[in-house]
Amino acid sequence: MTLSKKIWKERWGYLFILPHFIPFLIFFLIPVIWGIYLSLFDYNVFSKTFIGFGNYKEIFSSWLFLKALKNTFFYTFGVVPLWLAKALLVTVLIYPFHKSIRTFYKTIFYIPHVSSTVIIAMIWLWIFNPSFGLLDYFVRFLGIDPLVWLGNKATAMPSLILMQVIMGGGSTIVLLSAAMSSIPEYYFEAAKLEGANSWNIFYRITLPLLKPAILYVLVMGTVANFQTFSNIYIMTQGGPEFSTITVAYLVYETAFKNYNLGLASSISVVMFLILSGLAIIQFRWLGKNVEYY
Amino acid sequence: MNSLKIKIPISKIISIIVLSVLGLMAFIPLYWMVITALKEPTLAMKFPPDILPKQLTLDNFKELFERRMIFRWTLNSIIVAGTVTITQLFLCALAGYSLSKKVFPGAQVFFWIYIASMMIPRQVTIVPLYILVAKFNMINTYYGLILPSIAAPFGVFLMRQFMVTLPDEIISAAKIDGASEWQIFTKVILPISKPALAVLGIFTFVGEWNSFLWPLIVTNTTKMKTLQAGIALLQEEVPMQYSYLMSAATFAAIPMIIVFFAFQKYFLRGVTLGSIK
Repeated sequence: MTLSKKIWKERWGYLFILPHFIPFLIFFLIPVIWGIYLSLFDYNVFSKTFIGFGNYKEIFSSWLFLKALKNTFFYTFGVVPLWLAKALLVTVLIYPFHKSIRTFYKTIFYIPHVSSTVIIAMIWLWIFNPSFGLLDYFVRFLGIDPLVWLGNKATAMPSLILMQVIMGGGSTIVLLSAAMSSIPEYYFEAAKLEGANSWNIFYRITLPLLKPAILYVLVMGTVANFQTFSNIYIMTQGGPEFSTITVAYLVYETAFKNYNLGLASSISVVMFLILSGLAIIQFRWLGKNVEYY
Repeated sequence: MNSLKIKIPISKIISIIVLSVLGLMAFIPLYWMVITALKEPTLAMKFPPDILPKQLTLDNFKELFERRMIFRWTLNSIIVAGTVTITQLFLCALAGYSLSKKVFPGAQVFFWIYIASMMIPRQVTIVPLYILVAKFNMINTYYGLILPSIAAPFGVFLMRQFMVTLPDEIISAAKIDGASEWQIFTKVILPISKPALAVLGIFTFVGEWNSFLWPLIVTNTTKMKTLQAGIALLQEEVPMQYSYLMSAATFAAIPMIIVFFAFQKYFLRGVTLGSIK
């Protein structure tokens, strides 16, 4: 049978996939390729000139880009481990309880997830307010001097990390709980009979068996937090003194404030390469002995 | 008396305390949003703040609703999120069915393109996407807001993963009964895929309702803003009027919190669907 006959015979396969694939091609795949192409041009409102790797040379010698990169790494590696630790703690703590109590806590932790980043950022801008904010009230309660949370370049980024850790982790908790429920209960019982303490059970049974789920949330969490934009846009605009500027925010500023579209594209490409690199490292690091099904 | 005492191990009490503290920390900001929205503007700016205020008012919401724009933004959000959700459900179900049950030359290639593209963060495409949409003259239109979201690959993967588990026999049985390809899809495949469709639908709707970056970029008049981009605009216009801003935030958050409670089990189940595997 010739290929064209075969294609005709299986035409339904194509007819069913193309309605999605065509918009996917136009609005996703072509922009990806085009973005790489654009990154080789000096492209602004007035002109479009081919400059090879000029943009890449420019960004890697720009202190602002390096600053944004450093901030983004600081933010991502501040948020992701803390939020994973929080999610693991909650998952392990709710496990022994009755299903209704588990669902109650899962619900509580999940609610912030259905509110948009814009809303959460607006609320926290109010909570962080240095004169009337709720956080200063609590902090005074604990006997600590009030802080200008977002107005000081030393505390601005840690404040954003704090906010993200407090509000985040809901879907991670749900995911890890599901993974934990799939561990056969007699594993834990046998360990207890053998006299293992809680820490040993956690470290030698729970953690290894949750590894595939942890790997997944680690990769997804890294990808999501590396692209932080909305918080920055609403709360700090990258300030004070560029202490909270992130790569994603820099892409936005470069493209839509300064209309330097070629340069912005090259920053996007670099961001994508770094994220791919991080994903590969995480898979290598945790992916050993993980079975995919 | 002693026999009535229920023994609760101390470790469980500690667990509950730790869980409740962590839970409260995530919950208080949302409470604070609603409470600030219900306070007189001057009382909201009091320090130390009233955590449990005695006087509540709906004046902030009245002021918010008098600026009709908030309704226009809500309408825009409903149009965009609704259209994207319905279209995605339909197209992703079709494509997922094709990738899971149809054997045709190139099927593997399609599948791997979808898998690989899920690793590409959408932010990376934002600049070329903007130029593309501008070339199509779709800046500041519903088309510009909707079409790029319809192209998202994740739903195809989710539907494919679900449909792969369906037995082939139901399809061959329908064929023997003389059903056409189209009938097999609409009468057999779609009805049994309801659980996956529900999850995809809910997550798509909430995701679109809450999306911010793309609406911010692709719209340039107040009228075309979605709710998220709109309230961000209010934040820029009146940054210090907290009770007013919190009423807008509450107004934007409540529909999704209702959706969450209405479809709670799908949310908690859906997070695990389409992951790990």
